[in-house]
Amino acid sequence: MSKHLIILGGGTAGTMMANHLRRRLRALDWRMTVVDRSELHLYQPGFLFLPFGLYEETDIIRQTRDFIPKDVEFIQAEVEAIQPEKHTVTLNSGRELGYDILIVATGCRTAPEETEGMLGPKWRVNVHDFYTLDGARALREKLASFQGGRVVVHINEMPIKCPVAPLEFTFLADTFFREQGIREKVKLTYVTPLSGAFTKPKASKKLGHLLGDKGIELVTDFVAEKVDQENDKLVCFDGREVPYDLLVTTPTNMGTEAVRRSGLGDDLDFIPTHKNTLQSLKHPDVFVIGDATNLPASKAGSVAHFESETLADNVIRHIKGEPLKEEFDGHSNCFIESGNGKALLIDFNYEFEPHEGNFPFAFGPMKLLEESRLNHLGKLAFRHVYWNVLLRAWPLPGISRQKHKPVEF
Amino acid sequence: MIKNIAGQDVDVNEEGYLTDMSQWSPAIAAAIAAEEGIGPLAEGHLKVIQYLRDQQAKGAALTIRSMGKSGVVTTKELYDLFPGGPLKKSSKIAGIPKPVGCI
Repeated sequence: MSKHLIILGGGTAGTMMANHLRRRLRALDWRMTVVDRSELHLYQPGFLFLPFGLYEETDIIRQTRDFIPKDVEFIQAEVEAIQPEKHTVTLNSGRELGYDILIVATGCRTAPEETEGMLGPKWRVNVHDFYTLDGARALREKLASFQGGRVVVHINEMPIKCPVAPLEFTFLADTFFREQGIREKVKLTYVTPLSGAFTKPKASKKLGHLLGDKGIELVTDFVAEKVDQENDKLVCFDGREVPYDLLVTTPTNMGTEAVRRSGLGDDLDFIPTHKNTLQSLKHPDVFVIGDATNLPASKAGSVAHFESETLADNVIRHIKGEPLKEEFDGHSNCFIESGNGKALLIDFNYEFEPHEGNFPFAFGPMKLLEESRLNHLGKLAFRHVYWNVLLRAWPLPGISRQKHKPVEF
Repeated sequence: MIKNIAGQDVDVNEEGYLTDMSQWSPAIAAAIAAEEGIGPLAEGHLKVIQYLRDQQAKGAALTIRSMGKSGVVTTKELYDLFPGGPLKKSSKIAGIPKPVGCI
């Protein structure tokens, strides 16, 4: 009788794993199932562009099934709980699925309810978010009629998905308001719980000037005790207040509720995972990938991509009873919009902070940690790479799963 | 780089955070605290420092939330104990890395 491999989550990481493993596991030996609550696959990096009218919804929404191989069953359902001792998953319909190997790729979600006052009556009136499709849509409408005032871009607490996105949003907002001819009527403020907008020495030295150049005010070490919607201000635990006319917040990020119901997560519902093999620290037949892990890596699509290559090898090794590769190095790579049609590109891992250099080859053509038009075009082109190459789990030329050591200048 | 803190040579990064938490001692903590304008270190500070060092040794990510839920200290008390930047200052005094973003 064939064995069963279940992937929970049909987002970036889950879809890539389905494609990797269907090619490597014989359908006669291994039945494969993907479970996701949604039949739509959303290109999440597009949420950054949607509020400014730079992307349309048709650019960023596809059918999940179109990216799942045909010999993989797709079940649209909410997961109720995982029972790793029994090797079962229960769906909210009550249906129970048995597995031999489980891959958890359930991602993370925003949890605005975690902050006092955030979900008050002015949620999506003048308190907005852009990490969800609904949020990005509402913000687009808000910005289209915005006449000026205090715009505050806020990170509630770390870790968050796509950690640079709020800063990119701030830079794009600066450009947007300038193009609308109302920049002088807008006071733009960036509020972070960290010690700066840039916290790593090389990036800070190279890019620290960007905020000042664009007239963006920076508020650091700010942990919000509450959103005071009556008086339209953010209040810090130490009493500091930041008033706003439009708040664009990044709510607390947490793992999916099914992880909590299963008792498998930490206090943010992220699953303790081996940082180099991607095996669950508690259950050998359970593997975890992407935003659902508790790894000290960025929660980002590129990280899921690099993880998927290691995890595909490790699932095969695990099936054969061979030792797992301790290979994943925290590799992350991303384009960062810096406004004015330019972007930065960064490449880093657990060990090396973002640094200068050429990418992906020794000659470039792209430069790391430097603003350029080419990087911006790369970010726009990446949407097509995502749909056609990345989700299909084809390799990206010149970009290896492990980070190349930086060349010293 | 090497810095002499409280009469002992220790490895630190550009911002003065210890790069090897095993080189830490209570005397070093007191000296860094004084530099940061914190202290003198009382029982409340020491409980936080011990908690941070235990979590770091376990490889757990340090967040304001986990501290607030740990029962050791509330977020408000943390600001009272380490005014101006509770996470960055308590981490520095505890001899562990500064909480950072990805850039």
